[in-house]
Amino acid sequence: MRAFPKLIALAAALAGCATAPGPQETDRLTQAILASSFREQGIAKLDRLTQDEAQQACSAEAPPAEAVAKRIEAAQFATIQWPADGVYLGDWREGEKLAQNGRGMTWSDPEGVPSGGNCYNCHQLAKAEISYGTIGPSLYQYGKLRGVADPAAPAAREMVRYTWGKLWNAKATNACSNMPRFGHAGVLTPAQLRDLMALLLDPASPVNAR
Amino acid sequence: MKQRHAAAAWAAGVLAVSGLCMQAQAQAQTSTADGIAQYRALLADGNPAELWEAKGELLWTQKRGPKKLSFETCDLGQGPGIVKGAFVELPRWFADTRRVQDLESRLLTCLEAQGFNAAEIAATPFGRGEQVNLEALVAYVSAASRGLKFNLPQGRIEERQMAEAGKRLFYFRAGPYDFSCASCHGEPGKRIRLQDLPDLARSPGDGVGFAAWPAYRVSSGELWSMQRRLNDCYRQQRFPFPGYASDATIALASFMGVQARGAVSIAPALKR
Repeated sequence: MRAFPKLIALAAALAGCATAPGPQETDRLTQAILASSFREQGIAKLDRLTQDEAQQACSAEAPPAEAVAKRIEAAQFATIQWPADGVYLGDWREGEKLAQNGRGMTWSDPEGVPSGGNCYNCHQLAKAEISYGTIGPSLYQYGKLRGVADPAAPAAREMVRYTWGKLWNAKATNACSNMPRFGHAGVLTPAQLRDLMALLLDPASPVNAR
Repeated sequence: MKQRHAAAAWAAGVLAVSGLCMQAQAQAQTSTADGIAQYRALLADGNPAELWEAKGELLWTQKRGPKKLSFETCDLGQGPGIVKGAFVELPRWFADTRRVQDLESRLLTCLEAQGFNAAEIAATPFGRGEQVNLEALVAYVSAASRGLKFNLPQGRIEERQMAEAGKRLFYFRAGPYDFSCASCHGEPGKRIRLQDLPDLARSPGDGVGFAAWPAYRVSSGELWSMQRRLNDCYRQQRFPFPGYASDATIALASFMGVQARGAVSIAPALKR
């Protein structure tokens, strides 16, 4: 008899469990919602909803476990394509134009039009441009602060390669970076990446000017 | 001695000039933000959204559609025809449709009751045809809850599940840029260019984020509903096109609405 209230309490608790959405159930619902809610429009096809390993691992409020992050970074690093001719820097003037340009790859963008780099949306770069975003760190004085006096010199090689890798695939050094994988995802061409490299590393670039 | 003096004066001058430069730049930044704030304050006295509100009020009582019915039988969750307080409790579960619905999907249900073709209206581009009337209706309905606090019901499992699915969608990264909603709206104090971004992972506060849409957009002279706001976010996320009043948009609204619990609604707000 005395066990009765306890049993009732247990039953109530169990009923409570049954009415709370379980994580697997929510996963199924989310997948069903994704499948039913979107349609293709212009260049934005439905295959854009299919996640790769890196996107999937970085789709929760909490970041993935460190071992997972390290594995992703290694796999993403392996995707980086280094310039075949060893030329890393182009024209910083073209780079500045790309940094200003936030167009590309939306469903309202026409097919075949080159994308911009979106840089100022998230980063400070040249000091003259005061309309910059703050999602990413300031890149003002990027090359100078990293001691790059001559990007072609052997002493600068490591920093030049690091920067190329960052632009090609930001997830290679930070699994859940907010930054797009400009080279890996085919957003920017190697020639465009070279111009952005010059914007960041050329001592004559306004990014490195005082 | 003289030389040292001159050098010191020169150094002080350089410091003063560079200090001035920094100050000037800081001023350029704040004055841009201040300018926008001033502009908003000037316009807030006569937010053009009022034109949409007035039109929406007329539409609400007008007998329209093939069945010649007004919205006075339309139940937005507070009972037939009741507008006040409805907006700050949406999305919610509705027994007649057995669905969780946001304001706009619910208005579609009511339009269907008037004999309109809801699927056709949902497929109509923003700013055209019956979508123009929906803009006015969302302005009217949201304005009737101005100053009230968000308090989405979460009593039903369907409502909790929708908000939870919305959270998954909020963090769902995909597309050529790897963006999720959280890429831009997951941290406090961030900007794109000079535009402040509400942190929607937490309650962004009174009249911010979810509590500020629908809104009149000064840049385009249009009134944007939450559906239109979300649609353009997904465009910029480089995602495919979310259907009007689709479950993805309702789930996201449920998540943001639950996060915004207690925040005061200022909708229809005024935006750049």
